Amino acid sequence: MIRAENISKRFGDREVLKDVSATFEPGQTNLIIGKSGSGKTVFMKCLVGLLDIDEGEIWYGDILFSKLDFRAKKEIRKNMGMLFQGSALFDSMTVEENVRFPLDMFTTMTTGEKLDRVNFCLDRVNIVNSNSLFPAELSGGMKKRVAIARAIVLKPHYLFCDEPNSGLDPKTSIVIDELIRDITRELNMTTVVNTHDMNSVMENGEKIIFIEEGEKCWEGSKREILKSDCRILNEFVFANALAKQLKDSVT
Amino acid sequence: MFRFLSGFGSYWILLRRVFSRPEKTQIYYRQTLKELISLGLRSIGIVAIISFFMGAVITLQTAYNTENPIYPTYLIGLGCRDSILLEFSSTIVALILAGKVGSNIASEIGTMRVTEQIDALELMGVNSASYLILPKIVATLVFNPLLTLISIIVGIIGGWIAGTASGVVTSQDFIYGIQYAFIPYYVTYAIIKTLFFAFIITSISAYQGYYVEGGSLEVGRASTKAVVYSSVTLLLFNVILTQLLLS
Repeated sequence: MIRAENISKRFGDREVLKDVSATFEPGQTNLIIGKSGSGKTVFMKCLVGLLDIDEGEIWYGDILFSKLDFRAKKEIRKNMGMLFQGSALFDSMTVEENVRFPLDMFTTMTTGEKLDRVNFCLDRVNIVNSNSLFPAELSGGMKKRVAIARAIVLKPHYLFCDEPNSGLDPKTSIVIDELIRDITRELNMTTVVNTHDMNSVMENGEKIIFIEEGEKCWEGSKREILKSDCRILNEFVFANALAKQLKDSVT
Repeated sequence: MFRFLSGFGSYWILLRRVFSRPEKTQIYYRQTLKELISLGLRSIGIVAIISFFMGAVITLQTAYNTENPIYPTYLIGLGCRDSILLEFSSTIVALILAGKVGSNIASEIGTMRVTEQIDALELMGVNSASYLILPKIVATLVFNPLLTLISIIVGIIGGWIAGTASGVVTSQDFIYGIQYAFIPYYVTYAIIKTLFFAFIITSISAYQGYYVEGGSLEVGRASTKAVVYSSVTLLLFNVILTQLLLS
C-alpha cells in the first residue's frame, strides 16, 4: 500500500501540488485523473521520488519513503516499475536488451534464466518475434507494451503508469488498459495510473482521484463518478455532448 | 556570477555521483568497451586526417619562415616534430575532439534526459550519472592518449611527405631533424595534457547533457554549450599545464 499525506510541491513561486493526500491499495488499479497541467505527473514523480516534496510524507507500507536517503530509496525502487508517457525505452538497446536490463543490473540469474524471464514477459504483453528490434522500429502501442514488460520483469510490488494511452488509438488504448488491469491482479501490485482518458477511467477506475489546479477535489470509483455532484469533476468528465447524455441517462 | 557558481557546484555534485561505487562492475566494463568503440575507435579517422594535413602545413610554414642559408634544412624536421609534440597533437586534436566527442556526449545524454530514459534508469534504482558518464570518462582517458600518439606519428609523416614532395627539405634532412635533440619528456608532456583534456571534454559535455530541461531545441543548445565550454576550459588548462610541466 502507498500512502501520500499532505503533499505539497512548489517550483519557484508556483505551487503545483497543494496538500494532496491519497491512499493506493494493492491488487487494484488506482487512477489519478485531471486535465493537462493539473499536477498529475508531478504528483506521480513525487510518489516515486523522482521529485522531492516540499511538505508532507510518502509511505510505502511501513516505510517513510520521502525521508529516506538516496541509497535507501534505491532499494525501494527495485520494487517499482514505471511506464513513462513516451515509453522511455533505451534507444541503443533492442527489445530483448531493454527488458533484460533490470535483470542484468540486479539479479544473479544465468543467461538462460534471464532469456526465459524476458520471453515470458514479452509473451505476456503479446510481443512475439520482436526481440531483436530496436525501439525506433516499433509502433507506439508496441513500445508501451515493451515498456510494461520491462516494468514487470523484476515482479515489482508497485507499478506506475504515466499517461499510458497518450498517442494511441482507442482500440490499442483498451488493450493497454486491460493489460495493466490484468497484470495488476496477477501480481497483486499496487498500480497507480495517471490519465485523462475517460475510456481508461470507465475500464480501470477501481479507485479514482481527481486533481484540479494541484488540489485533490474528489475521490471515488468509476460507478460513483457517474453520480457525483462535484461540479469541476463533472465539467472534466462530461466535457462532450455524448458524455453529457450518458450522465443525464444515469441521473 | 551566481549562475556560474551554481553550475560549478552542480558539476562537482554530478562528479561525486559519477565516481560512486558501480552497481555491477561487469555491466560497466561492457559499457566502457562500447564507449571505447564509439568515442575512441570512431575518432581515429578524423584525428588521422587532421594530423596529416596539420603536419604538412607546419612543415611548409617552417620552411617558408626559415628560408635562410644560415639555417640548416634539418631544422624544418625538428620544428615540425616539436610543434606537433608540444602543442598540436595534444591541444589541437583535443579541440577537434571537443567538437566531435563533446557534442556527441551532450546530445546523447541530453536526448536521454528529455525522453525520460534517465528517469527510467533512476526509477529502476540505477545510479544514472555513474552508469552513463563513468564509462565515457574511462574510455576517453584510456583511448585519447592513443589518439595523441597516432596524431604525432601521422602528423610527422604528413610533414615528411609535404616537405619532400614540395622539395623544401630532403628526406634525409627531415629524418635527421626529427631525431635531432629529441627530448622524450615531450611525449610524456603531451600524454599528461591529453589525459586532462579528455577528462575536461567528457565531464563538461556530460554535465551539459545531463541537466538539460525541455526538448530538442534545448538538447541542441546543450550540445553547443558543451563544445564551447569544454574548448575554453581546455585552453585555460593548456596554459596552466604548460607552465606547470615545462617550467
